[in-house]
Amino acid sequence: MPKMTSTYTALLSRWHTLSGNPFFWPVLMAAGLLFCIAASAFEILDLYLQLILIYVGINIILTVSLNLINGYMGEFSVGHAGFMAVGAYVASLITIHVIPSGAATWLFPLAILAGGLGAAIVGLLLAIPSFKTRGDYLAIVTLAFCMIVKSVLENIEAIGGPRGLLGMEKLTTLPWVFFWTALTVWVIRNLVFSNFGRGVLSIREDEIIGDLMGVNTRQVKIIAFVVSSFFAGIAGGLYAHALQFINPRMFDIIKSTDILIMVYLGGIASISGSIIGAVIFTILLEVLRPLGVWRMVLMPLMLVLLMLYRPRGIMGLMEAHPFKPLRDLVTEKRWRRKKKETGHVSL
Amino acid sequence: MSLFEIQKLTHSFAGLCAVSGFNLAVEPHELIGIIGPNGAGKTTVFNLITGVYRADEGSIKLEGKELAGKTPHAITSSGIARTFQNIRLFRELSVMDNVRIAHYGQIHYSPIEALFHTGRFYSEERRITNQSLDLLAIFNLDNLAGEKAKNLPYGLQRRLEIARALATQPKILLLDEPAAGMNPNEIIQMMEFIGWIRKTFSVTIILIEHQMRLVMGICERLVVLDFGAIIATGLPSEIQNNPKVLEAYLGEEVVQ
Repeated sequence: MPKMTSTYTALLSRWHTLSGNPFFWPVLMAAGLLFCIAASAFEILDLYLQLILIYVGINIILTVSLNLINGYMGEFSVGHAGFMAVGAYVASLITIHVIPSGAATWLFPLAILAGGLGAAIVGLLLAIPSFKTRGDYLAIVTLAFCMIVKSVLENIEAIGGPRGLLGMEKLTTLPWVFFWTALTVWVIRNLVFSNFGRGVLSIREDEIIGDLMGVNTRQVKIIAFVVSSFFAGIAGGLYAHALQFINPRMFDIIKSTDILIMVYLGGIASISGSIIGAVIFTILLEVLRPLGVWRMVLMPLMLVLLMLYRPRGIMGLMEAHPFKPLRDLVTEKRWRRKKKETGHVSL
Repeated sequence: MSLFEIQKLTHSFAGLCAVSGFNLAVEPHELIGIIGPNGAGKTTVFNLITGVYRADEGSIKLEGKELAGKTPHAITSSGIARTFQNIRLFRELSVMDNVRIAHYGQIHYSPIEALFHTGRFYSEERRITNQSLDLLAIFNLDNLAGEKAKNLPYGLQRRLEIARALATQPKILLLDEPAAGMNPNEIIQMMEFIGWIRKTFSVTIILIEHQMRLVMGICERLVVLDFGAIIATGLPSEIQNNPKVLEAYLGEEVVQ
């Protein structure tokens, strides 16, 4: 047993050195992008596998962005599917009606961006009144929002009403999904490890005290909500152009629940956890497909067990080494050394 | 003009008058104690000063600037910090982050700059991190910088709370029962500690306390509250023999 532990520590320190290297992220990102381009251009992976990877990417975007609200900020929003719907419809309407089909491939990012901005504006409009409430009440407000979006979409005949929207080209490709996923993770990660991110954390821990320590909690909450809904909109746009068909029922409370499961499976307040949660959930859903109806028994059962034995999720309140800022690691080393020197704590 | 002036501060909860006509003028570097029986409205005064509650009436002026009606974070930025009777730290966050959050108002980069890791982002983050570590070192907490706040023993949590309040660079520090739950020995230590803070950080301190030993030992001036109104002010020695104060604490019959 001691031998195994030493192998583990050796591997761990190897991993830390590797991920501390300044070239770690650029190389990883370049390799990932190259792989994605190659996979879609030369069909290294068959289309089914590509589609699964696309879903993984979209789910990572959704999970990481929702984690900003539900994990880092400690609020409970269940309206993520609503923002996704706004993004999906805005982006789809733009690619169908505005962008000429010849230029669609190149103007696709702009359509996605417009979807994100649409969701962000709706997020802002929702955030201003609803953040006077907290906890359970915010959950109810966002739940209501989710229902409103669905019924509004169902009642506008011009965009298909309950039948939904058809006619988008299949513009969501693996490289694009990779790009948007990386962008989301990068943005959320840099925001979380900044002054703004510490403000977000203070709201989770104790909002009144955060305010008393100088954090403009209202502003921080609104920014966090807008950023979160922006990326939900991005994910919605990508989703619509991967499926080439959307209808309002896709974005009901069940979809929000799926995202919540991924957040709490992976772990609150953790970017690496969100990625792990989204990957496990998406892949498991596909792997268990042969089980048919039983899949929907097994997944909730897994969630129940998780809540019993690891209530904070796989990576709850922890962060994988490559995501931590270098400065914090240096400081950590400093206090660990100091702690060793002092030995014990004196009052 | 005094550094800090409160005039006719009044607040009531649904008709129950918690504070009425509270006046106080504080000179720089003073150490003032607010005492009074349970429920006299002492903590309410602190909550009014820091903007947790909005005063029904009255004005609170720091260096001539009106604070009443401002939001808590604006009041903190203008130079007032406080601690709490029941310790309220960011429990799940590290000791380091507890102090770093208190620097929030002093950091001047936007979230956009945080995104792109501009030069200002790095220099500000380095400055804040080093400042926080230095502050923790002064309080002998730097060896615990990475520990979660909830894992600290009680006495150190109190100390961290004071450190966190000082990180906002206040002109006035409000201490709400700093010696709550301490034994006589620790109270003496706390007395020395508070005096030392006043000198080292050159702050003005207003403290609420139940422990008469602590208040009489270090405060230069006392304000006695009962049922939301000031019943006496003066030097500790004067207060000790004031019949009104004795009555409030011990009851009418005993005094007669």
